[in-house]
Amino acid sequence: MSRKIYTILSLVLIGAFALAACAAPATSAPTQAPAKVTINWWHISTKDPGLTFWQGLANQYMAAHPNVDIKITVLENEAFKTKLTTVLQSGNPPDIFQSWGGGDMNSQVAAGLLKDITPDLDANGGAWRKTFGAGALSVYAYQGKNYGVPWDMGMVGFWYNKDLFAKANISTPPATWTDFLNDVKALKAAGITPISVGEGDKWPGMHIWMYLATRIGGEAAFDAAYSRKGAFTDPPFVQAFQKLQDLIALQPFQDGYLSATHDVMQATFGNGKAAMELSGQWAPSVESANAVDKKGVANLGFFNFPAVEGGVGKNTDVCGGGNGFAIGKNASPEAIDFVKFLTNATNQAGMAKAGMGIPPVAGGEAGLTDPNMLAVKQNVASATYFQLYYDQYLPPAMGDALNGSVQTIFAGTATPQQAAQAIEDSAKQNLK
Amino acid sequence: MTAVQARKGDLVLRKRTPSPRRVQDFLTIALFLAPAFILFLVFMVYPIFRSIYYSTFDWNGLGPAVNFVGLGNFKQILSDKVFMKAVGDCFLIVVLSLVTQLPLALALAIMVGRDLPGRAFFRAIFFMPYVISEVITAIIWVGLFSADPSRGLINALLILIPGVQPQGFLSDIHQVLMCVFVVLSWKYFGLHMLLYMAGLQNIPKDIEEAALIDGANRWQLIRDITIPLLSGTIRTTVYLSVLGSLTQFNLVWIMTNGGGPVNASEFMATYMYRFGFVRFMLGYGSAVALVMLLICLFFSVAYLRLARQPDYLGGM
Repeated sequence: MSRKIYTILSLVLIGAFALAACAAPATSAPTQAPAKVTINWWHISTKDPGLTFWQGLANQYMAAHPNVDIKITVLENEAFKTKLTTVLQSGNPPDIFQSWGGGDMNSQVAAGLLKDITPDLDANGGAWRKTFGAGALSVYAYQGKNYGVPWDMGMVGFWYNKDLFAKANISTPPATWTDFLNDVKALKAAGITPISVGEGDKWPGMHIWMYLATRIGGEAAFDAAYSRKGAFTDPPFVQAFQKLQDLIALQPFQDGYLSATHDVMQATFGNGKAAMELSGQWAPSVESANAVDKKGVANLGFFNFPAVEGGVGKNTDVCGGGNGFAIGKNASPEAIDFVKFLTNATNQAGMAKAGMGIPPVAGGEAGLTDPNMLAVKQNVASATYFQLYYDQYLPPAMGDALNGSVQTIFAGTATPQQAAQAIEDSAKQNLK
Repeated sequence: MTAVQARKGDLVLRKRTPSPRRVQDFLTIALFLAPAFILFLVFMVYPIFRSIYYSTFDWNGLGPAVNFVGLGNFKQILSDKVFMKAVGDCFLIVVLSLVTQLPLALALAIMVGRDLPGRAFFRAIFFMPYVISEVITAIIWVGLFSADPSRGLINALLILIPGVQPQGFLSDIHQVLMCVFVVLSWKYFGLHMLLYMAGLQNIPKDIEEAALIDGANRWQLIRDITIPLLSGTIRTTVYLSVLGSLTQFNLVWIMTNGGGPVNASEFMATYMYRFGFVRFMLGYGSAVALVMLLICLFFSVAYLRLARQPDYLGGM
């Protein structure tokens, strides 16, 4: 008798297991009052101030719009990417989610997963569009249509330790590449490591090459190569590698830079063991957080990447990037209105004041007090040409190949021509 | 499933009608097997077939796979110098493990397994690295191998020797693979040692005593008694070591920033991961995974055929 009971019990358990394994059937929104709307929002600010700030804005919006329910999913950066890939495969994106624009976003657009919000930006004579810096907004556009908006947009430039520069008798930051190389030599002569770079992660070193290519070839060279009218083997890109080689020949980097991560790079700079680093708007907060004393560089300065003699790029051309929100294909008008609320001048100023980023929205700079951050903001706002980081702008497959090619120059395993050719080979496959 | 049915058919032939008892036994077995079997099918077998399907596409994971390329991905893999470098690195680690790591583990097992004073202590020490997770191991060693003598312990000790310069280790493309091998050996010899020790326990004392009475010396004892009687265990450890080296991922990925610098420590698994989940070329990544599977499968089958030797203890 007991045997029978066990058989039945096992059957029940197996049945329960099988049922649990089945995905719950997609519950189509039950017949609710038509005004009731749920907004799914995924962001990656897992820590304060961001975590509390975003929640506060959601609460404010829900209080003002009782029919709207905002469901926030907070995910750590890497977990976010993994989970997003999974839901995108099922063709069911969140209404609002973290995005860095560029190639990643373009492939989401190509798969039909994002919503075209161009009409919303252009409504009322382009009222919403005009609030954004044009360069920053273009990062979230693909083939002339907008699929997201930025809430933080910064740039890469040289952050330097004023005390160490003074020790090497350098009074003003370099304005040209020749000055820059001379300063590197002066720092070396004074026994100071000139530059901290995290080439193990590849992209920090790629930024140096990207800026050299931008200064030498300007917008035209990259546009030609990207649109396939030109190539990545064109002279500006090869010359940029040659200039990079000139710099590497001076041995300006910290020991072990080939395997150093971005965190190590920031720590080296933050501990005062290198005089400068090429980094983005996050540098001040990360170098101090990674420093042993948690304070970092006492006298921090910022200067634009120097002009390269003979280059057609302007000194006001800017390479950078930031954070934004992409709009999923199923987003309701309320979701778009909520994004409008998130990126209005008041909330942008609040975001800047909390130290979460550089506001791309006019009026947001009211929250910025740090002179370095204001310099970054002004540079971005007045950029003659804004280039999103190459590895973000290009399709993911090509971005990683490009970073790898730059690393071969740092390691001395390829010539400028070979490195440029490797990028061009990848471009042939990935840019059509 | 067909095999089971065929055997059931045999029963029918012999006994004409299956006894209710037999049916009930079969049902019980099926019920107990079902959960594990279903999981195995869903999470192991089904994905392999999906991989085969996707490996014929150029697909970035978004939307359905439509860009059919046939065997193009496989052609590209086999003509990619970096993949060949990865295969070469894997086999180098396999060979190095077999000629250094396993003999070392065996020697230590024989030493620690005998009446050495404080052997429990040594056993615990040697086994400890295996218990630490691979990620933590990698992070510890990244610190130890730091090129900056003020941050890395090994360089700090090295520069105490007069005339020795600090070494690049993980940042030197000529040293990084050896650094990875040192860490792999450090981590895994403890496991092999433990397996050997378990094997040693199974060797009956009386054989050794008989040999000693016959006048065998210590070396003869090890060569002619211990190692032959351990052959079953040795075969297992060789198998584990080779497959572990071929599929090594976590430790390498973290220690070397994904097989760097400049592919100097590329393994097949890091190559697969980069193409699949950094570059999001999921079709190409699937093809790499299949090539890996074939290499491992080929080794497994060949090894099981070649290494089928008499298990001395099994017959006793």
